[in-house]
Amino acid sequence: MRTPILAALLSLVGLPAMACETFTIGNLMIEHAWSRATIGAERPGVLYVEITNTGSADDALVGIATPVAEMPMLHETVVTDGVASMPHAMSVPVPAGQTVALAPGGYHGMLMGLTTTLKEGEGFPVTLTFRDAGEVTVPVEVLSMQAEGPDCEHAGQ
Amino acid sequence: MRLTTFQKALWAAAGLVCLAYGTWVLVADPATPPRAEAAFRPVFSLSDAEGRIRTEADFAGKHLLVFFGFTSCPDVCPTTLSEVAQVMDDLGSDADKVQPIFISVDPVRDRRLGLAAYTSAFHPAILGLAGDEVQTRAAAESFHIYFERQDDPAAPDGYTMSHSPALYLIGPDGDWLRQFAYGTPASDILNDLRSRL
Ligand SMILES: [Cu+2]
Repeated sequence: MRTPILAALLSLVGLPAMACETFTIGNLMIEHAWSRATIGAERPGVLYVEITNTGSADDALVGIATPVAEMPMLHETVVTDGVASMPHAMSVPVPAGQTVALAPGGYHGMLMGLTTTLKEGEGFPVTLTFRDAGEVTVPVEVLSMQAEGPDCEHAGQ
Repeated sequence: MRLTTFQKALWAAAGLVCLAYGTWVLVADPATPPRAEAAFRPVFSLSDAEGRIRTEADFAGKHLLVFFGFTSCPDVCPTTLSEVAQVMDDLGSDADKVQPIFISVDPVRDRRLGLAAYTSAFHPAILGLAGDEVQTRAAAESFHIYFERQDDPAAPDGYTMSHSPALYLIGPDGDWLRQFAYGTPASDILNDLRSRL
């Protein structure tokens, strides 16, 4: 933890199972924001999230920002003829009526220049910027390094 | 799925970005491993975390699950290593017949950042190997896999790596048996292994 401000920010969103909460901005529903724990802060972290567009107009995720990374970027893992690379994505389309997932092996937020170790069970805020809907800040839950996604019980919600 | 003109434009733009990178990556023509070829025996000679040279001969009699990657890879590599960890747990008493190996394609940086701490965070059985430039190239060629350093001003240290993300299965006599494509569920890998052990 480098700064008290960051520590306060982290503890503010450090609630259990926050990856299972739903946040909305306009016609967009944001769910399952999670990340993987890191060993130290020298390697990049990752951000995954699901966005559902319940409206009738297309939108797009055009940027991410977070106090835990100096250089967060949108990436897409592409496997072409058996070789995986991670080109930058200018934006992630969020078409009307569809759910788009930033998920392992596809689109992801690449958190470069981590300012702190991401510890399992902790959390950090991320601000998602959409082309039309604008900005929304949601808590991201840090899961284990082996995690494949949050375990959310959606029955009855 | 009906696409609006704007969506089409977005996808086209995204496609162009991928294409540009894809072309870059494809220039060197990644070789596909030959199928069902008994004579194909990958070899390697690489340092472990303690600096000891390890070769395929050290693991004669065991099945090897070999993955090439780098530890500054937050998306693809953790997914595969997590699956390998799951397989090792689910193998139970047969786990000692399988040696999972993580070969760094970014050996200098991975040695600096700590290879063992990374692999053991997924499973203590995973052996991390990081050779020098020449040894790493030789191992990759022997497995018929491709990796390349890609300059990226935004990335840590100014570069990232593209690499073959598949998992390779080597038999107890050193024969290349098969590969599991990236994203193969742990249960499929487990079933395949169980049928061989
Ligand atoms: Cu990335």
